[in-house]
Amino acid sequence: MVVRIDVTAPGDPHGQQIVAAAPLIGVRGLEHVRVTRVHHVDGPLDQHDIERLCREVLADPVVDEYTIGEVGPAQGRAVEVALLPGATDADARELERAIEQLGMPPARVATARRYDLTGDLSDADVELLTRRLLANATIEIAVEGELPPEFAGAAEAHVQVDTVPLEGLSGEQLVQISRDRVLSLDETEMAAIQTHFVSEGRAPSDAELETLAQTWSEHCVHKTFRASIELTHTASDGTVTVTEHDGLLPGLREVTEELSPWWLRSAFVDDAGIVAFTETHDLAFKVETHNHPSALEPFGGANTGVGGVVRDVIGVSARPIACTDVLCFGPADLSDDELPEGVLHPRRIRDGVVAGVGDYGNKLGLPTVNGAVLYDKGYVANPLVYCGALGILPHGSHPTVPEVGNRVVSLGGRVGRDGIHGATFSSAGMDASTVETVGSAVQIGDPITEKGLIEVIERARDAKLYTAITDCGAGGLSSSVGEMGEDLGVDIDLSVVPLKYPGLQPWEIWLSEAQERIVVAVPPRCLPELQSLCDAWDVELTDLGEFSGSQRLKVRYGDTSVVDLPMSFLHDGLPRRRMVAAWTDPAPGSVPVPTPDASLLLDLLSHPMVASKEDVVRRYDHEVRGGTVVRPYVGPEADGPADAAVLKPLGVAGTAAVVLSNGICPAVGRHDPYVMALNAMDEAVRNLVAVGGNPDRVAVLDNFCWGDPTKPDRLGSLVRAVQGCTDGARRYAMPFISGKDSLFNEFNGEAIPGTLLISALGMMDDLATAINAAGMHNGDDLWLVGAHQSALGGSLVSDWLNLGATTVPEPVADPLPRYRAVHTAITNGWVSAAHDCSEGGLAVTVSEMAIGARLGVTVEMSDDDGDPFLALFNEAPGRLVLAAAPDHRNDLGALLGDQGRIIGQVVGRERITFRFDQSTTSGDVSISLPDAVDAHRGGRR
Amino acid sequence: MNQPTILIPHASGTNRDHEAAQAIELAGGIPVVAHINELRSGSVRFGDHAAVLLPGGFSYGDALGAGGRLALELRTWFADELSEIASTGRPVLGICNGFQVLVKAGLLPGPLSEPRRVTLTENERGRFECRWVTLQVDPGCRSGWLSRVKGTVIRCPIAHGEGRIAVADAATLAALEDGLVAFRYLSDGARPYRGAAEAAAGQYPMNPNGSVNDIAGLCNEQGSIVGLMPHPEDHVLAWQRPSGPEGQSGLALFEAFVEASR
Repeated sequence: MVVRIDVTAPGDPHGQQIVAAAPLIGVRGLEHVRVTRVHHVDGPLDQHDIERLCREVLADPVVDEYTIGEVGPAQGRAVEVALLPGATDADARELERAIEQLGMPPARVATARRYDLTGDLSDADVELLTRRLLANATIEIAVEGELPPEFAGAAEAHVQVDTVPLEGLSGEQLVQISRDRVLSLDETEMAAIQTHFVSEGRAPSDAELETLAQTWSEHCVHKTFRASIELTHTASDGTVTVTEHDGLLPGLREVTEELSPWWLRSAFVDDAGIVAFTETHDLAFKVETHNHPSALEPFGGANTGVGGVVRDVIGVSARPIACTDVLCFGPADLSDDELPEGVLHPRRIRDGVVAGVGDYGNKLGLPTVNGAVLYDKGYVANPLVYCGALGILPHGSHPTVPEVGNRVVSLGGRVGRDGIHGATFSSAGMDASTVETVGSAVQIGDPITEKGLIEVIERARDAKLYTAITDCGAGGLSSSVGEMGEDLGVDIDLSVVPLKYPGLQPWEIWLSEAQERIVVAVPPRCLPELQSLCDAWDVELTDLGEFSGSQRLKVRYGDTSVVDLPMSFLHDGLPRRRMVAAWTDPAPGSVPVPTPDASLLLDLLSHPMVASKEDVVRRYDHEVRGGTVVRPYVGPEADGPADAAVLKPLGVAGTAAVVLSNGICPAVGRHDPYVMALNAMDEAVRNLVAVGGNPDRVAVLDNFCWGDPTKPDRLGSLVRAVQGCTDGARRYAMPFISGKDSLFNEFNGEAIPGTLLISALGMMDDLATAINAAGMHNGDDLWLVGAHQSALGGSLVSDWLNLGATTVPEPVADPLPRYRAVHTAITNGWVSAAHDCSEGGLAVTVSEMAIGARLGVTVEMSDDDGDPFLALFNEAPGRLVLAAAPDHRNDLGALLGDQGRIIGQVVGRERITFRFDQSTTSGDVSISLPDAVDAHRGGRR
Repeated sequence: MNQPTILIPHASGTNRDHEAAQAIELAGGIPVVAHINELRSGSVRFGDHAAVLLPGGFSYGDALGAGGRLALELRTWFADELSEIASTGRPVLGICNGFQVLVKAGLLPGPLSEPRRVTLTENERGRFECRWVTLQVDPGCRSGWLSRVKGTVIRCPIAHGEGRIAVADAATLAALEDGLVAFRYLSDGARPYRGAAEAAAGQYPMNPNGSVNDIAGLCNEQGSIVGLMPHPEDHVLAWQRPSGPEGQSGLALFEAFVEASR
């Protein structure tokens, strides 16, 4: 018998949130929303049981009301929303467990949400509200009226392995197969597969074809980054040079090998890069992207993005200790007629992504401490979601070599039809039909299961229970098992894989990207101990098979062969791509600029790129683990933006602290991707130096998000950015330790601005020397380190005033001496506050410091500063503003030499003033501190 | 010196157990983190420990309401142990999710009765929020073990989505105000050292979640069981404090807790 239980909280703030959001999507008549949690319970429970469930589990006696067996009277229009079958329904699962725990007979549960919408609403309004605010068709079904329950597990089990004959097919037919099956393989690659199976005298199974497609996907094997590329580079003076590039990835690795600092432990070979932290501990760092899924289902996409990168860190035997996130969205105020069909509104994407990031990190108990939020029209259809994770591990504790006879063991979540084709889907562009074809590539995470994995792996590592480990991510078991068994070969049985519901075909089990799984290689003698560890922590363990020594990937479902491929073909059979790239440098030029005024400064402080992101950041727990030294927002009111995060990992002795920062400047890349790379690296370093990090202990990660690399202009800009990275790594003596590329970020043929994120991991010897951007005192001197430049290309002010500047500021030629000097000054205790100069230039930098400290400042601009407008708003790299007591004036002057000069003072609590020399025509630019605070909170938008 | 052992139960999704253990250690106690499965199997027992600290986190992912699932487990699996703890007056401290569990289990403000008249529900702004707050151990609180720190002001972070204290009616609120309010959010401008601590008066963000009467934590009638939403365990070392007044650490609270456990 199925009983329906409705629970509603009359004061539920979610209803009010929907009412508040409705006018933003053009629905003006919505007055009230009642949100009801609907539970369908299917089992032999009696009336008493149901009543008890309501009282003790489902309904809070103080704030909730409930009805049993009947749908409450509709208020206005009622819309019901439920997860599609197969999506993780944590509430249903927990209710099933609770029923069991209460000693009631087992029951199946399905849940839904009901929205009673009251007000003056047309059919079109209800449709719009449903589509835009109440439900997401990618993972949910919504109807007006009552929705019949769908219980998981209704499907029939069946085992079927199909073959796909390739022999004799033309290139065109091969490409058609690739397209129909979402394999994302090109004609050459399909032909290589055809040749292999013709030589074996048989047709591939569906699972073999899928395995090859996954393993050979852009996502897994980085075809573009390994391709040989011919670049035609046209300089601004018209000079054309053609160069051959023997792979982009090897170039990045080469410079890391060349630098090889003593503290580098592992780069590019594993799920995450590893560097030394203290004598006893190492740090692992990784940043991933989850762009395509987040475009379709923002909450689930971002949620599983965090889950995935955290598993990367678990996958190098580290305990995750912090998260980062950098997000790029379309403008939040985009008008509806600018929104392409099939695309979610940027505001909805932002809200979903932020909630998804917060949900996962918070529930794992990881502080999300560093990040950025960027807005640009280029990201409307392709938002970027960069998720990072930092982990810690005892030095030398990460085993990487499986042995013949080791068991192939999967730990964690169960397998459903989730996320099938994620790796191949992210290796293609999107259009309006993407939702229909790859809806299953998106899923919702289960952080509590992943939390169990963290606990188990840390203990299993310390007890030396495994010989190798890897995350089960894109491509599911096909990728993780295929990779781990590359040298030895594996033999596994899919019939033992625990499923969320029956009905999956073997290839689906093999390919499923169901989250929260880790694969370990376990010596048979260690299996019992690992099993009891898993039992203690409620983690499911499955022994899939063994590392065979046959050098073949053998996958069975019971006795039925599913995959039987030589590892050599799987890993080395992919034909190398030859690609063509072209890049033309922009013509140099300057633009006329206006006279600066107070209103412009307030506009920039209020600009979405600059204004406070507290509404985002405070939804993340940045305190959990009790190790946060410098937080995302600083100062007496905790609303001044910090440059970087400083963390003292719990349980590690000593005073050493970790610094996390990032650099990202896609607006510069529009004009010159080479300079973007260098300037992003500079931004990451100066952010890190600004809080007290040591510029000689910095490791970086690259994350390239680009358009379709088969188009020469996209690839040309990518090659130039990579060249910037390799040159930058040498210039800053800063090795890349890991990276990631997400290509094909295009919608209807429009690419995103090529976007490089540099994530930096740094160290400081003593956390007591950490400073922040708001630590200054009345009477302090303000120092400017570094020099202005007149080029405004890629600057915020050029964009805001439509100045059309295309020439970008020059990278810093010799940055390290300057940053070393600043670092020395900070460790000597001479600097009370430091802030990096980036978006909005010096004017915004100084204002942010004043806002954070709630102190006034007066900056005296001189002839040295040149044109007042350019001096205030240029975004030349290499600049920092420091505050220091006048006592340190001589010391600091001697230390900085010609790299720094005093530009003003911290004065009172009233105004932020930039005063100009008599010889210029400009008047003072001066704003009151309260106005600045208000603007920074977004008050002028 | 007699070092009491403090049991810190860990359920799936618990995550502030490490910091809680650190705070107990710094306060002179011996923390024992034990998984619910170990408590169920009897390999670790409630009765063997001087006190219980229910830590923060997201037990069972907050499914079906924060703390509700773990509260149900405590009531179905450990009913005898809990009534024994309550009757002997051994100290219990619940922080954040641990507080939610104690309230949902009917132990705070107690006594176990149906239906509950007090709850913790969604923040007024309908979202998770993390920020530092100032709170005070309420001078009128009847808890014996809190008397050592009565009136003490603590600065520490909150990090929760369901931390708003709500009551069924005015009579319930009056009952709470009769010595069961253990902690209250203070206004930003509070000057506790001058004896002029001011309540947050419902104002956001000083009262970050809209709790009635700025209540941040409660105790039971005997005063042995105490719970609060903010995280004093995240401010037990000087460097953990962001800018602001010196001191006001949460360590004193844990010292009082450990002292009462001796």
